[in-house]
This record gives sequence, C-alpha cells and structure tokens, in this order.
Amino acid sequence: MNSVAASVVVVGAGLGGLRTAESLRAAGFEGAITVVGDEPSMPYSRPPLSKEALSAGVQVAELEFRRKPSVADVNWQFGSPVISSDLAARTLTLADGTQLAFDGLVIASGIRPRRLPIPGPEAGRYVLRTSHDAIGLRNYLAPGRSAVIMGAGFIGCEVAATARGLGCEVHVVAIDEQPMIRPLGAELGRGLRERHEHHGVDFHLGRTVQEFLGGDHITSVLLDDGTELPASVVVEAVGSVCNVEWLEGNGLDLTDGVLVDQGMVVDFEVPIVAVGDVARHPNSLFGNIPRRIEHWNMPTETGRRAGVSLAALLRGEQPDQGPFSAMPAFWSDQYHHKIQSFGMPGIATSSQLVEGSADEACIFEYSDDTGLVGIVGVDRTAELAPYRKQLLER
Amino acid sequence: MVTITVDMDKCQHYGQCCFEADDVFALNDDGQLEYVKEVDGSRRADVESAADVCPMQAITVE
Repeated sequence: MNSVAASVVVVGAGLGGLRTAESLRAAGFEGAITVVGDEPSMPYSRPPLSKEALSAGVQVAELEFRRKPSVADVNWQFGSPVISSDLAARTLTLADGTQLAFDGLVIASGIRPRRLPIPGPEAGRYVLRTSHDAIGLRNYLAPGRSAVIMGAGFIGCEVAATARGLGCEVHVVAIDEQPMIRPLGAELGRGLRERHEHHGVDFHLGRTVQEFLGGDHITSVLLDDGTELPASVVVEAVGSVCNVEWLEGNGLDLTDGVLVDQGMVVDFEVPIVAVGDVARHPNSLFGNIPRRIEHWNMPTETGRRAGVSLAALLRGEQPDQGPFSAMPAFWSDQYHHKIQSFGMPGIATSSQLVEGSADEACIFEYSDDTGLVGIVGVDRTAELAPYRKQLLER
Repeated sequence: MVTITVDMDKCQHYGQCCFEADDVFALNDDGQLEYVKEVDGSRRADVESAADVCPMQAITVE
C-alpha cells in the first residue's frame, strides 16, 4: 500500500457511479472518492420518468436511490460537467475551468437522447432522460392537448401510454414497421401496437418527421407523406448517444461507448474502469462479444465488478480475470400491462411464441444461431423464472 | 439477524429481488410478492443485492 491513500474520481452521478463507489468501499478502498455529476441531484431512478412519475408528477427526492452507509464520505460535485481529460496525466477539466486530479477513474457518464436535425421552432420539443426533462414535459400533458411522439421504442411507447392516461391526443411517428420491433420482434410488436390502438393512440409507422411547424412554439408536425399532425408538444425518443466527448484525444476505443474487458477495465496505462450504459463490455452468457446494454440492472452489475477491479488496480494488483456473466433485465409498463425481459432479445434473429397469444398475456422466446438469447413476458412475470433459468444455463 | 421490510405501496411486483435471494423473495401464483421478514446475518449480502436491484427502491434491509 502507498503511504498516501489514492483518490478516485467517478464521472457520472447516476446508478452506475453510485454502485461503483459502493463496490470500491466494499472491496476495501479507503481513499477519497469524488463523484462529478452534471445534474443537480443525487443518483435517482430514471425508469419511472416515462411511467408513474411522469403521470403523478416528478418528485426527484422520492426517486433517489438508497445509498449504503459506506459512501457517506463521498464528495458529490454537481452542476459543472467534465468537458475534457488528459488521462495519461490523470487530470480532468470541468466546464467551470476547475481541474481534478485522480489516481483511479470511473467512467460512468452514460448516454443522452439523440436529437435529429429537423427544421422548425425549438419550443415544444422535449426529450426524456432527466427529472428536469420529465418536469418540463409533464406541464404539457393535459386533456385536450396533442402529443406527437417520435420513435416507437420503449420510451416512446411508455410516454404514449402515460400521455393517453392523462387525456392527451397521442400520435406516434416511427420509421419502423411495428413499435418496439427491434427489441421484441414483429409479432409481439404488432400485439402491443394493437393494445395502444385500443387505448386510442394513432400510429404513423414507416414515416419520418420532415418539419416542425408553428411560430415561436410548435403547433404541428409535418410528416414525409404530407400528413400534418397537430402538436402541443413533441417528444423525441429516437435512441441515444454516448457521453464520451470528454474522453476524446486519449487514444481510447470510443467506437460505441467505451470498450472494456470482462473486469470493466479500460486498456490504458493508468487505472480506469467504465460502467453502465456507456460501457461496451463482454458477457460470457452471450459469447463475450463486447456490447453496450442499456438495461435496468447493468449499471448495478457492471458497477459491482468495476469497483472490485479498480480497488485491485489501485493496490497494484491484477484484477480478477474471471468471466463477466450478468443476466440483463428490464421491464416496461404500458397501461396496465407489464412487459418483462431477460437476456438480450434485441440480438435475436427469430422469435417464437411459447405461451399465450401476442394479443393477451404471453411469453416469447428469442434465439440466434447460438440458441436461446432472450425471453420476454407480457403480464406473465411470475411464470418467467424457469425461462430465465434456461437462459442462464444456455 | 437481518430485518427486511418491503413498502407494499411502492412494490410493483417486478420480481427482480427474487433472482438475488430466491429463498427470501418470491412471486406467488397471482404474481404478488411474498417475502421472509427476518433472515440470518449470513444472508445480508444477497438481501442487500435484492434491495439494490428493486426498480421501485421498495426494499429496506436493517
């Protein structure tokens, strides 16, 4: 051990950053930990922002994660994001000009919503990632208002369901042929579309938005086929972009997030790990091909591993080289329906209905040429456990 | 002993906790969460993991 305790900086105050800090402490790291976040909040749960919290009104304090007593001495710095880094020199530069030195670095900077370059007024355009986004959007969701949702993935569909529940007229515009087709396939996508249509959502599939119309504020949306949809508010839910610009110029592989090994360690001359949505990591359950997985439990799983690895590196030891095998999991609420997923249905090449029907409670299996890769249930949460076990044993 | 409390007003019965400690948390045939309120101290790590992964942060471990 060094006589002077090492220090760790965590870039990103979300779930991944929190779990890594807790894991560092659990692994015996006793040095200073500083977490830098650009939002003015302690780590909080984002999934409710498109669901119950959007519906009921966002109280960010109620969404905060419980923090273990071991991280009570962590220094949280909010409001000034990291804008650049010199990793070999072990220094970070914040937007306000402050420089931060570190011995070990945790990259937990996450993702942000993708914005499309569409002409027209800015006012009335929303994305949904932060509590701030959700609070702003919530002001527009009221009976008689019209919401146009761009993108038919999970966030788009959840917002559509929430907006309908709040009495809005809702249009969903997406290039895909069915909602949620990439993660769930066409058959279940169709079944879920019909549920939305039953609740009064209008889909405009195979379409793109050409222009936003209005004066200072959006009043309508023009589609590529000439259709004009009335719009009090537009929600852009068309995928995400990794927050890696601050890492440029250091020679890291930033092709799609930050490439790490099975210990979440970045291949670099100083101790650096990456976790959560921004980490492209191998998973031995799925052929060890490095992938980013934006699923609920991955910040926790990658954070636990990364903390142990970084603590070892800071002791001058080799981190555990054992495989990383975590079962990805996420869920979605749309109306009274619960969709639950295990594994990686999004990488499958085929899907098969194994219980129920796509229009009712059901379970689908997802496979690629290596076999079963994912399982999704709709309103069948309690029956999924044996399928998840099958996936673990694949 | 470790005491477990689940805030059933928050719990949405997602069952994530069941996979961290399946002898403590389970969904019954109606999909409702059932759990053991007190476990041996040796189970603390698993029960804390279950609390960590709860999407609604409904589980308290003391």
